[in-house]
Amino acid sequence: MNYALIAASEADGSNVRFIVIGLWVLLLGIFLGFELISKVPPTLHTPLMSGANAISGITLVGAIACVGADYPGWGKVIGFLAIVFATVNVVGGFVVTDRMLGMFGSKKKGS
Amino acid sequence: MSLALLMQSTGGGAEAAEYVYMAAALLFVLGIKRLSGVRTARSGNWLASIAMFAAVAVTMIVLWDVVGGPILISGLVVGAVIGLLLATRVPLTEMPELVALFNGLGGASSMLVALATTAFYISTMGDPGSAMIDGFSIGTVSAGGGHYAAAIVASIFIGAVTLTGSLIAYGKLSGKVNSSRKGLLGSQAMNVLLLVGALVLCWWGGFAADSYSTILTAQVLLTCVALALGIGLVLPIGGADMPVVISLLNSYSGLAACATGFVLENNLLIVAGSIVGAAGLILTMIMCKAMNRSLTNVIFAKFGEASEKEDTGYTNVKSTSAEEVAQLLDVAQSMIIVPGYGLAVAQAQHKVRELADYMSSKGCDVKYAIHPVAGRMPGHMNVLLAEADVPYEELFELDSINGEFSNTDLVIVVGANDVCNPCANDDPTSPIAGMPVLNVWDAQTVVVIKRSLSHGYAAIKNPLFEADNALMFFGDAKQALQDLVTEVQDL
Repeated sequence: MNYALIAASEADGSNVRFIVIGLWVLLLGIFLGFELISKVPPTLHTPLMSGANAISGITLVGAIACVGADYPGWGKVIGFLAIVFATVNVVGGFVVTDRMLGMFGSKKKGS
Repeated sequence: MSLALLMQSTGGGAEAAEYVYMAAALLFVLGIKRLSGVRTARSGNWLASIAMFAAVAVTMIVLWDVVGGPILISGLVVGAVIGLLLATRVPLTEMPELVALFNGLGGASSMLVALATTAFYISTMGDPGSAMIDGFSIGTVSAGGGHYAAAIVASIFIGAVTLTGSLIAYGKLSGKVNSSRKGLLGSQAMNVLLLVGALVLCWWGGFAADSYSTILTAQVLLTCVALALGIGLVLPIGGADMPVVISLLNSYSGLAACATGFVLENNLLIVAGSIVGAAGLILTMIMCKAMNRSLTNVIFAKFGEASEKEDTGYTNVKSTSAEEVAQLLDVAQSMIIVPGYGLAVAQAQHKVRELADYMSSKGCDVKYAIHPVAGRMPGHMNVLLAEADVPYEELFELDSINGEFSNTDLVIVVGANDVCNPCANDDPTSPIAGMPVLNVWDAQTVVVIKRSLSHGYAAIKNPLFEADNALMFFGDAKQALQDLVTEVQDL
């Protein structure tokens, strides 16, 4: 094991290593996604879709970094819009899902 | 641009943030898992939203010194207020449109993050032709940093298609965009052209351009072409296929977030994006199966075109009245209700339940038959009936109820058409041949509540309306059901 080589590659930045780790995460994530929801009752198709939709608003985390001080003016404008859109997606998505699921819940009391 | 490196540059908290992201990824997985079970779904949604809150909060805290506070806060507030208003004010019948709209905004955000990242590179590295940071440059694949370039163009491409595709889906679902509009945009030749153009621009904007200004030009062009492609892909798709399209666009928004994860070198985005992508794909496959069509068939075949010529109008249609149906209701021992999109349009879910309650109270066995693609969104009918407090024990899926129609006295079809069209079973040349349908004609009597004899979204004739045991009760679903309730109670 060549320690000097490892140290050199780490000093070189994380590019190569991240793409490998990232692709592993992607691979396992897709597999996990399929396994998690292979059997969904039709009752939940809409809430599952809208809940998953809200989760895809995670891109908000990236949008936050885009209004950083190092960004040029027009980059910040784009970043601001990205934050607004992603927040609508996240907040709206979770609230509307809860609203739908709330109806499924209330009917249990009725029956 | 690595989010982790950006965090390290602010001093402290970068590693803590990674652990929070890890916890958030775990909560997303648990949340999605719980969302797929009826009893656990609500808590699953809560888990996912807590995870989202934690991930956003830790990002804000760690990056607070770098990001512009007022811009950040005002963006979050504006977005949250709009989201809250839309989510709480919009009536449940408009849920499909709303989900499509949110989905489009998610795609838009991924696209914009990628564009902003390009803006960042250009402003920091300003010198055209110089070696660029993080390998975002020509020939970067060999240098090992090509994933930035690839991820940026992928984010723009998928995000833009998701945005305009969802907006067109929104327009179609809300009736603002004519479903059968024909034009240059949306023709298959144009779509192929746009797709090829987008791929060329991906290559140019990601790898081939040799200065920052050409990179920018290529990426802006890519954005425009991909936006046009999103419109062109969804525009020709018929309304009956909307459940498939919405599921597919949902999958795309996940993939866009995933690509953004590679732009930011952030595993949380990749995990969340890939799970959402897989979830959307599973729903897409379920919807395709429910229509007995392949995904390529939905995307490339124009539905209903072939059948227009053979439509010869209806003969032998028996129209009925509220009094007559009330007589039938009075003697029925068993009844199955088949809801469709007309129920949603007329907001008749409460009236249906009123009728069902009355029938149950006098000893009639009442069930609901739910076709998987009834309505305009996966599970649309379930949501509507849940709003009217119909117990889900009374809702039956196609496979479990199709054998029961032959033992049923009365079937009431409320605003459904294509999902109970016998052509699917009998006529191999029909556009919907082979699609699983509800065999309502096996029942003693079928009453179809419908505004007119007009076609369903598949635009084909329904021989059910001419069947000997079928009665047509013309009218708005809500009013018709109200009349029935009044009449049957007067008997």
